[in-house]
Amino acid sequence: MFSRFVAFTSLGRKALPNQWDIAALAIVLAIFVAVAQGSHGITAPLSRVETATMELNYWDLPYYGLRTTLRMFAAIAASLVFTLTYATLAAKSRRAEQILIPLLDVLQSVPILGFLSFTVTFFLGLFPGSTLGAECAAIFAIFTSQAWNMAFSFYQSLRTVPKDLEEVATGFGLSPWQRFWQLEAPFAMPGLAYNTMMSMSGGWFFVVASEAISVGDTTIKLPGIGSWLAVAIDNKDVTAVIGAVVAMLVIIILYDQILFRPLVVFSQKFRVELSMSQFQERSWIRDIFVRATGLRRIAAIPGEAIKTIGLMRLDWVGDSKFQPGWAGPHVARIVDILWYAVLAVLAVWSAWQIVGFVSTTLSWADLSEAVALTIITMVRVVVLIAIATVFWVPISIWIGLRPALAEKAQPLAQFLAAFPANVVFPVAVIAILRWSLNPDVWLSFLIVFGTQWYIVFNVIAGASAFPNDLKEVTANFGIKGWTWWKSVILPGVFPYYVTGALTASGGSWNAAIVAEYVKWGDDKVEAHGIGAYIAKATAAGDYPRIVLGVAVMSIFVIAFNRLFWRPLFGFAERRLRLM
Amino acid sequence: MLDVESKTLLEVNNVCQSYSNGDDTPGALVLDHVSLRLDQNEIVGLLGRSGCGKSSLLRIVAGLAHPAAGDVNYRGAAVSGPISNVAMVFQSFALFPWLSVLDNVELGLKARKVPAAEARKRALAAIDLIGLDGFESAYPKELSGGMRQRVGFARALVVQPDILLMDEPFSALDVLTAETLRTDLLDLWVEGRMPIKSILMVTHNIEEAVLMCDRIVILSSNPGRIAAEIKVGLQHPRNRLDPAFRQLVDQIYATMTQRTETDKGRDGKLPGIGIGMALPRISTNTFAGMMEEIAAPPYEGKADIPALADSLHMEVDDLFPIAETLQLLRFVEIAEGDIALTAAGKRFADADTDTRKSVFRDHLMTYVPIAARIKQVLDERPSHKAPASRFREELEDYMGEDQAKIALATVTNWGRYAEVFAYDETSQMFSIEDLH
Repeated sequence: MFSRFVAFTSLGRKALPNQWDIAALAIVLAIFVAVAQGSHGITAPLSRVETATMELNYWDLPYYGLRTTLRMFAAIAASLVFTLTYATLAAKSRRAEQILIPLLDVLQSVPILGFLSFTVTFFLGLFPGSTLGAECAAIFAIFTSQAWNMAFSFYQSLRTVPKDLEEVATGFGLSPWQRFWQLEAPFAMPGLAYNTMMSMSGGWFFVVASEAISVGDTTIKLPGIGSWLAVAIDNKDVTAVIGAVVAMLVIIILYDQILFRPLVVFSQKFRVELSMSQFQERSWIRDIFVRATGLRRIAAIPGEAIKTIGLMRLDWVGDSKFQPGWAGPHVARIVDILWYAVLAVLAVWSAWQIVGFVSTTLSWADLSEAVALTIITMVRVVVLIAIATVFWVPISIWIGLRPALAEKAQPLAQFLAAFPANVVFPVAVIAILRWSLNPDVWLSFLIVFGTQWYIVFNVIAGASAFPNDLKEVTANFGIKGWTWWKSVILPGVFPYYVTGALTASGGSWNAAIVAEYVKWGDDKVEAHGIGAYIAKATAAGDYPRIVLGVAVMSIFVIAFNRLFWRPLFGFAERRLRLM
Repeated sequence: MLDVESKTLLEVNNVCQSYSNGDDTPGALVLDHVSLRLDQNEIVGLLGRSGCGKSSLLRIVAGLAHPAAGDVNYRGAAVSGPISNVAMVFQSFALFPWLSVLDNVELGLKARKVPAAEARKRALAAIDLIGLDGFESAYPKELSGGMRQRVGFARALVVQPDILLMDEPFSALDVLTAETLRTDLLDLWVEGRMPIKSILMVTHNIEEAVLMCDRIVILSSNPGRIAAEIKVGLQHPRNRLDPAFRQLVDQIYATMTQRTETDKGRDGKLPGIGIGMALPRISTNTFAGMMEEIAAPPYEGKADIPALADSLHMEVDDLFPIAETLQLLRFVEIAEGDIALTAAGKRFADADTDTRKSVFRDHLMTYVPIAARIKQVLDERPSHKAPASRFREELEDYMGEDQAKIALATVTNWGRYAEVFAYDETSQMFSIEDLH
């Protein structure tokens, strides 16, 4: 039930990176370089921003929670706008698609946390002397953790709209605007709702990381739970950390119950399956709205308004004049050549920019250092995912095969996946310092601390969905022990496991930036790895090293996804998907 | 002359269409110079098997697809896109699951800027006409198949088209529901209660065509050409058991089987010979079942195709590809609406499993060139292994990607049954090693 909604950009495309991927990577990194270069000149206003000191007053905690939540809302709104435009453009224009989709793939793999310092300086430059810049930077950081998979899910839906429904829309002469709101957007709803929910889970991690940010000597603390946590860490205040954890718990529960449960239940309506599904998700909020007629009437007002707007023809939107291909094949070919030429020039120029920027201060030794550190982090991610797998898969299967238990455990695992693990990182530092543990080993566990739950709830879902007839066959033939694991249940849950492990691995790379370099007051604990490298470069305001670190890490993540996860996912889909 | 012209609603002239291969080069022909006329007050049936391009033709008529050559005229004006006087009913119903019955029916009116009050009135009238009263607020997933297709009809009728196009509208329904819907539709048509002037329907069900149509146009396949046109003079309501009805059905079966004979004559050889032979996905179990049925009483080796279809509960779409593939393998001969086992076919039907395999192996190697090619390549290579992609690419020289995939999957299964070669899915390799 989960994996069908999960969107992977690289699926369905050739595994080996091609010219489009390389162009996309170059362009993304060049944009960062441009931002970094631009921000050199605007470091001055950064210090002028008033940074009100934050008191750890528990009565203010709800207010901070509210501010954090509003930031999340702003980011999700931005992500939705981005999704509706970017994905629609990619789906409707062949030329745009060629570059937009590889771009999305690269953006998804870039550890955006490493670029926090750039974006902060950039946005502060936009709004000198005001915290609005810092707000925008925080919202942008959350946005970058949410938008890509939503956009890709929407793009995928737009590309798979049933042909007969399309023919009805064309046959009745629906305008592009009507077609979008009557056919395409509703069809994409279930996938988009699910991915929005997943994005939200990922977003909490970033909101915590992005509210309190130090670049060089300047520290900006926006009012919110993340800043509260940062102050608590500086003051070594354990109770305040616990307060942040509790506040986070409450916010996530409210958010889920009030917004996402109803949204997911509502989105079921848009599934294109002409049979009633057996499992109906429920939401008490939605039940209240359905039962209370007064509330329903109020809710109907915006509903009707949206319906009316969706039914307007608005013929000028998406006018067919702008569609390629109408001008005849020769013109189209010339436009194609021009388009490719522009992209090629852009890609070469981008590569030139990156090399130029990095090579002024850095040498080959820096590159080999970055590569070596990335390999260490990669080993860490692989080993930790493997440990999490060995530990959680049997437990999750055990839970998944017991429906009553699975029903309770499933929301808990989903909740834990949403919980920002970086809130509890300081606790690990306390432990490491007290018992003088080896940070290279023990900090590693933080990498999967927040992401292991993706494996858990996906495998639970897989085991719950294991067909009853196959269970009966295994019971009938008395298949037990190792044979049962090897031939029955492990292949049965494998497609779900791959989905979960892929998500977990992606999250773990990002978490490495925060997890390999953790502070508690004046104490710092760091492990060897590219995450610590980037985090330290950020703290020092060393832009070339940030670019280098992020670039190397991105290339590793893309290669890892393409060469390892993608084939595995393809295998699972081809051979092990139960009908 | 003038009189005749005003009677004609729609004309299709020399339309050609090909599969698109994804790039600019046109693929195999689907429709080859097809011409068709639709007059007022008639139901015309397009009858043919899957792959004859009848659905493509319907979409060209609807303005949903552009023909590669030829033109379509509606009341003398060229059709270059969807026109408002034509509405279509789909095999899959094509209802919007997130819209209620009423909203689904109103959708076409909204697209045409019909004022809300009038749209509501017309939609309710259409729902009433088609027998959906009381279901206005239901969602499609709450309805049975028959009710869903009624929504499809109401949605098409509410825009008051001149021409109703129907793409196998009853084939996704069970037998009883389909018959009820056909009768209801015919009643409305005969009583003139629908706003439409004529109906063009696609079907692969011969009896359905004879039951409903005034004129039946039979299309041959690969590529689609007009093979015959048959007028149905019977009065409504028609009786399936009426001897005249049965005779027409037999006549159409004969015409449709005759087609292969004429093909043979035209090319001077059997159809689809060579590597480029399109192989439909048919299991060896189906072959065995069909041959056993023909060998057994009452047929004793030779069967009338309509009767055989009846006793096997099969429709033309299912039966013809099997019969023709059996003919290709020289296990049967088809002529004049009859299907007869050859000597080899009889031997196969009477034999035990091992003998069957050996008979099948001989015929597979002799009459299916791609199977022989795989065997030959495997024999020649020292490793006795070859990747599937090698043969898929060879097939793609002759046919589309999808067709090549199907043909290779089919020949793989036939080869496995005949124990000529083995195939490993994981490595995607053919081999002759691990047999036995």
